[in-house]
Amino acid sequence: MHEMAIAESVVRIAGQHANGRRVTKVYLKVGHLRQVVPSALTFGFELVAQGTPIEGAELALEQIPALGRCRACGVESRLPGFPLQCRECGGFDLEIVEGEELYVESLEMEE
Amino acid sequence: MHRTAVKQIVMEGVLDANDALAQANRERFDGAGNYVINMMSSPGAGKTALLERTLERLRGKLCLGILEGDVQTTLDADRLARFHVPLVQVNTDPGFGGECHLDANMVRSGLSELPLPEIDVLVIENVGNLVCPAEFKVGEDVRVMVYSVTEGEEKPLKYPLMFRSADLVLVNKVDLLEHLDFDLEQFLGNLDAVNPGVERILTSARTGQGVEEWCSWLEHRRG
Ligand SMILES: Nc1nc2c(ncn2[C@@H]2O[C@H](COP(=O)(O)OP(=O)(O)OP(=O)(O)O)[C@@H](O)[C@H]2O)c(=O)[nH]1
Ligand SMILES: [Mg+2]
Repeated sequence: MHEMAIAESVVRIAGQHANGRRVTKVYLKVGHLRQVVPSALTFGFELVAQGTPIEGAELALEQIPALGRCRACGVESRLPGFPLQCRECGGFDLEIVEGEELYVESLEMEE
Repeated sequence: MHRTAVKQIVMEGVLDANDALAQANRERFDGAGNYVINMMSSPGAGKTALLERTLERLRGKLCLGILEGDVQTTLDADRLARFHVPLVQVNTDPGFGGECHLDANMVRSGLSELPLPEIDVLVIENVGNLVCPAEFKVGEDVRVMVYSVTEGEEKPLKYPLMFRSADLVLVNKVDLLEHLDFDLEQFLGNLDAVNPGVERILTSARTGQGVEEWCSWLEHRRG
């Protein structure tokens, strides 16, 4: 379950940036192509956060839909599933513009 | 007491720390002249069996080194020990989330036990798992995925992450095709749907089919 490893990493990053302050909310961006199961990640986050300054914080997980730019015709398409295909020309050679994110965007903390 | 909430921008990639360690591993490999393969699959697809075939075939031609990732046992390492090649076993962390894949730090911890300058090709056999290993770079040059025909045609669509990240797919256990109602064309179509045109070789660790082609691929890619 890689959600657990991701949760550990999120908690570590939040802890470093919080620097001892109590964290109430962690904003995380997750691209759709990352194959992260939100419920599993939230569960893992709560578990790993126990006993740290992150304990009790809410994980605000925003999923970002996949978006690709066609290398043949240049048109951008939303990519709801596989195959990843250009809506304009039907091409499969796409540059992924959005949907591969996996980062901690910001934290809410008590001053 | 009134507490005010403050918001702090972070913008830090969840896997940045791993990626930095993977980069450091990579520099070490480059310095020692190692070509490094991250071999991934679901449990039991035939990674170790194919490695046994590969070691037989490349003996005397290339010096292979093996880094075995395993959850707990040394069984895979024991199977490969008879080849007397540089071999190290890394048991993955027993902690949360550590057991399903190798990460760059676990690989780093195994490197001190390998004579890197003697090794031409280092094969890292990842933990059998169809999702987790694909997220964690370990410093490899290429990703080789072993998929066995007993797993079902739809797997690329269900688990696109690993299929998408593979540079080569070894479609293994093809000796069993005649006993299965597995539709190879449908599988290859699904594979192309998630990773268009990815290189693939049909193999059988049982009969040896495709092993020569895979070894040539390896020698060629290593350059
Ligand atoms: N019929 C057939 N059996 C195979 C083939 N390759 C592997 N096997 C069998 O499949 C089983 C699993 O093979 P392993 O080589 O242990 O698979 P693995 O991917 O290393 O497994 P883990 O490391 O546990 O994930 C063994 O019983 C092998 O003998 C093949 O090409 N054909
Ligand atoms: Mg094995």
